[in-house]
Amino acid sequence: MSAKLAVTTLVLAGAMSTALATFAAAAPLTKAEADAAMAAKKEKCFGVALKGQNDCAAGPGTTCQGTSTTDFQGNAWKFVQGGTCTSIDLPNGKKGSLKPV
Amino acid sequence: MPPEPISFAAAFAPALLDPTRDAPQIVTGPNGKAAGKRYDVYRNNVTVSLIDALAAIYPAVQRITGTDFFRAMARFHVRGSPPTSPLLFEYGRGFPDFIARYEHAQTMPWLADVARIERAWLDAYHARDATPLAPAQLAAVAPERLADLVLTPHPAAQIVCAEFSAVTIFAANRDSAPVSRIDASTPEDALITRPGFDVIVRHLPPGGAVFATSLAEGRPLGEAAASALDASPDFDIAANIAGLIEAGAFTSIAFGDA
Amino acid sequence: MTLAIGPGPSTPTPLRFPSPIGGIAGTSFKHEHLKAILADGPKRGFFEVHAENYMGAGGPPHRALDAIRRDHPLSLHGVCMSIGGPQPLDKAHLARFRGLVARYQPAMVSEHLAWSTHESSFFNDLLPLPYTEATLRHVCAHIDQMQEAIRRPILLENPSTYLAFTETTMSETDFIRSVAERTGCGLLLDINNVFVSATNHGFSALDYLADFPLSRIGEIHLAGHDEQADDDGEPLLIDSHDGPVADAVWKLYEIVIERCGPMPTLVEWDSRIPDWPVLQAEAAAAQAILDRRGTAARAEDRHAA
Repeated sequence: MSAKLAVTTLVLAGAMSTALATFAAAAPLTKAEADAAMAAKKEKCFGVALKGQNDCAAGPGTTCQGTSTTDFQGNAWKFVQGGTCTSIDLPNGKKGSLKPV
Repeated sequence: MPPEPISFAAAFAPALLDPTRDAPQIVTGPNGKAAGKRYDVYRNNVTVSLIDALAAIYPAVQRITGTDFFRAMARFHVRGSPPTSPLLFEYGRGFPDFIARYEHAQTMPWLADVARIERAWLDAYHARDATPLAPAQLAAVAPERLADLVLTPHPAAQIVCAEFSAVTIFAANRDSAPVSRIDASTPEDALITRPGFDVIVRHLPPGGAVFATSLAEGRPLGEAAASALDASPDFDIAANIAGLIEAGAFTSIAFGDA
Repeated sequence: MTLAIGPGPSTPTPLRFPSPIGGIAGTSFKHEHLKAILADGPKRGFFEVHAENYMGAGGPPHRALDAIRRDHPLSLHGVCMSIGGPQPLDKAHLARFRGLVARYQPAMVSEHLAWSTHESSFFNDLLPLPYTEATLRHVCAHIDQMQEAIRRPILLENPSTYLAFTETTMSETDFIRSVAERTGCGLLLDINNVFVSATNHGFSALDYLADFPLSRIGEIHLAGHDEQADDDGEPLLIDSHDGPVADAVWKLYEIVIERCGPMPTLVEWDSRIPDWPVLQAEAAAAQAILDRRGTAARAEDRHAA
């Protein structure tokens, strides 16, 4: 047994019985209630198209994307268009943004 | 059979991901014509298809940063860390750590954890199918044996611990709806499961990650609960057991001290 | 995470030659179309998938493929075995491929005359190789190894290429014929690839087809391509699979079907994927050619081939 705070059989049994009650109830908990019990927010993500697929199609041909050596240093922020990062507040109260560092 | 000392592949490959190198000497256009742009087609196929793979695996990261920033960041990663498996859905395991180090992403300290959730999402998606543990199996356990109960984790189940509100940011950006203002300051641990065919990402309550991780490591229920309480005094054992079972985080039970 | 599909049979089983599906047109299977395909119900046709996308252990990809396979013949098309490279094949990848063949019992199995892995890096592209005695030996050894692993013959696809190698000593058609003769593999004739390469290298697509061992064909591919320019401003075609089949490729296809009779024919579409009816219509166009030209040609030529 751990040297940490001991969890007694009684406590565990009570917890298990409470936990199982959520499943044994005649009317099972709705998803929302189960989430509330979990104090959790849940996001279902339906992936329709495969992500990270192998295929045998050729890409953009002779464009310069594979050969570009553009130095990204210092001008990263210029590329930001339409990102949602500006809606996300940092802990220190600043908004997330892509600025020269 | 031993490969040739310098194979055509050894001559052809190095410049594919290195734009500072010239096209290899061994290639040519028809009738001796220049092959520079022709070789570039392969450089483009390689570079762009791998950036596209990262964009497909990390769509929330791309939405957060915008496409141009994402593709520039991904290009650095692709050139430095090309795939080592031919299975593209395995690619990008090093991308979250790359993001954490990436100079221009330092103002988004939550971004690497969002990426970790996205990588875990794809692993859960491809994980082995397994039937989650039924509550009835737990109901059959005698109370005095509960402390020694060991649970087998579901193949899809994963936990990502985050310093910032990574679950909220992930959820808002995997959706197509507009993103409203998010306060990133609350640490959020994610539980990723796939009890059936849909991957589900949940936000674990305080102590939940310690509890679930301990159980997944094969530690008995009593010890796991003690660790969780130790880490977070208001840890709710019942709610966390119910939540993990409902999420399909485990497949079967056994006893540690038989 | 375990990627194995499950072990193949441990006792050697003889090479299996599944019965050919004949002159049927099929399409790439894209998950975006699953709902529409299932709503249509069983139809004449077949579906081709890239094997690697089903090499995960479980989850929605296998559920989708199971659903498709229930009512339709399947073609398993490998895109990264790296048969054309000098280094040994990846044993783990061979094992995964064998597991997939055992699980889904595809009507056709194919791979590319190309390479994609060098040392430990996977480049995710079908890279070209020089045609020499040395590369011929490697390719044959790799195909032998793959056919041994999956216990059945494969179809080898002719590539589309954008450049050539100075060390090449034989024509692509001679190279492919030798591979087929030495390994017993069948061939997948990609007519768009023939057209793309013919334009890019300045040879005649008709001459290429005249030299191609048509009697070994087990499947035909059709696809769309994109037109760009090389260093001299001359047309350089890109095998982009992102649009309808070009008129010139349809013409070549009719010629091939006249010569070799009905063949399973796939319309590939991998990027900018259209709604299901659009892809279905491309397959229907191929089916119409198969039905119109194939029946007549079969009576005269097929047994002679």
